[in-house]
Amino acid sequence: MKDRPGPHSPPPVSRTGQDGLIYRHTVLVRVTHWLNAISFFTLLVSGIAILIAHPRMYWGETGYFGEPSLFDLPVPVILEHTGWGRSLHFLAAWLLVLNGLLYLITSFVNGHVRKDLLPTRTQLRLGHIVQDIRDHLRLKHPSGEAARQYNFLQKVAYLLVIFLLFPVMLLSGLTMSPAVASAHPWLFDLFDGRQSARTVHFISASLLFLFFLIHLAQVVLVGFRNEMRSMITGRYRLPPEAP
Amino acid sequence: MSRIITRRALLGGATAAGGLLLAGCSESHLPPTYGSLLGVGEALTFASHRLLLPKNTLAREFGREMITKNFPAINTVDPEDEEYQRLKRGGFVDWRLPVTGLVARPTSFSLQDLRSLPARTQITQHNCEQGWSAIAEWTGVPLSRILEHVGALPQTRYIVFHCSDGWWDSLDMLDALHPQTLVTYGMNGRELPVPNGGPARLRVERQLGYKSLKFVKSIQAVASLDKVETGKGAMVVDYGYSWYAGI
Repeated sequence: MKDRPGPHSPPPVSRTGQDGLIYRHTVLVRVTHWLNAISFFTLLVSGIAILIAHPRMYWGETGYFGEPSLFDLPVPVILEHTGWGRSLHFLAAWLLVLNGLLYLITSFVNGHVRKDLLPTRTQLRLGHIVQDIRDHLRLKHPSGEAARQYNFLQKVAYLLVIFLLFPVMLLSGLTMSPAVASAHPWLFDLFDGRQSARTVHFISASLLFLFFLIHLAQVVLVGFRNEMRSMITGRYRLPPEAP
Repeated sequence: MSRIITRRALLGGATAAGGLLLAGCSESHLPPTYGSLLGVGEALTFASHRLLLPKNTLAREFGREMITKNFPAINTVDPEDEEYQRLKRGGFVDWRLPVTGLVARPTSFSLQDLRSLPARTQITQHNCEQGWSAIAEWTGVPLSRILEHVGALPQTRYIVFHCSDGWWDSLDMLDALHPQTLVTYGMNGRELPVPNGGPARLRVERQLGYKSLKFVKSIQAVASLDKVETGKGAMVVDYGYSWYAGI
């Protein structure tokens, strides 16, 4: 019997233990989450080190000082950090890719994507979506059994980050590799030129950073200790039902 | 733990993948700077490129309408070296490019000699490590032709370049013999200007711009980079840059 989980069906994952905690995140999710956090942070810092050597964004194939840009970033030109920056960036990129592949492969095989990330039929009803948006705007968080699963906007955010933003980061990054791009020139068609790929890389990195800020804020707002415990030990206390 | 992915299977798979990667990391797949933590990233990238990418793909070549109007000239734009300045004053007529090392017939080429060898013209994109890109038409002799002319010996593993502004760098044989790797003397239909590296600069089209050395003054065929200068393959490595810039 494969009922879609919902607020009125039996909990699909685990029963509440004696201590009132449920087992929420598998060890694979937890390990890959923190490895991803390390690689993302390193990519961000080293990415900025690379960026500030030429803080102008263009569209198309070429772009250089003297040519009009799409936009300029309000930072001075600092050339000295691209050496270590680039080396560290690719070291972290390898971590991102290898860890990411581990997460993706196991999550598809284990059913994590299907059971935890894809919205349920209930969650896809228009009424539910509207209510979810309203709750988010009011910072009203799910409680009781409803807190066992990710809420709708949360799932959308995670899916966009995993299946859109990170792949775009990777592909636009690879486009800037002269060796890889000469073997796969379709990348230039995908992004409309090398400098466009650079600009896309910057824009999607900024969106990922925005996601990260929202993610942090939500972790704090919902209950920092509880959330951190669940992502470290796996155990989570369902917030008590709202009165 | 799910029934499908057991801990044992995961560890076994990871070990196998690691073993495969290490097996592929024979000496020819490690950059000369392998050894530091940052070198690990470069080693992974270099090894995966050499193992996974087709060997002789060409960087894109463009039509003349794509040529950049004001191609930037950065870093050294006029080497201070006395010898270079003297040769420049003489219009580089007395300029010679010695090609030595593991070669059967060490030769010193004048600009005229270079121009008499089979030439290639390519309109390609220069991608500076700083982040800017520009397109120019380059004319020169493929390095492979020069190496053929001087009879590079089979034990040659790297080609080393020294420049009039003090820069030095090297290429492995795959990039050295690549059809788009040129010793150029012409740019945009004219003589290569001094600010852009005249009288001769390298073009290495599948790596970042800093490998396309300006003011080339000598070429050497070697079996190992260990005894060349610092032993790290390139001057820029001491400034934190990667020897392999295919990135």
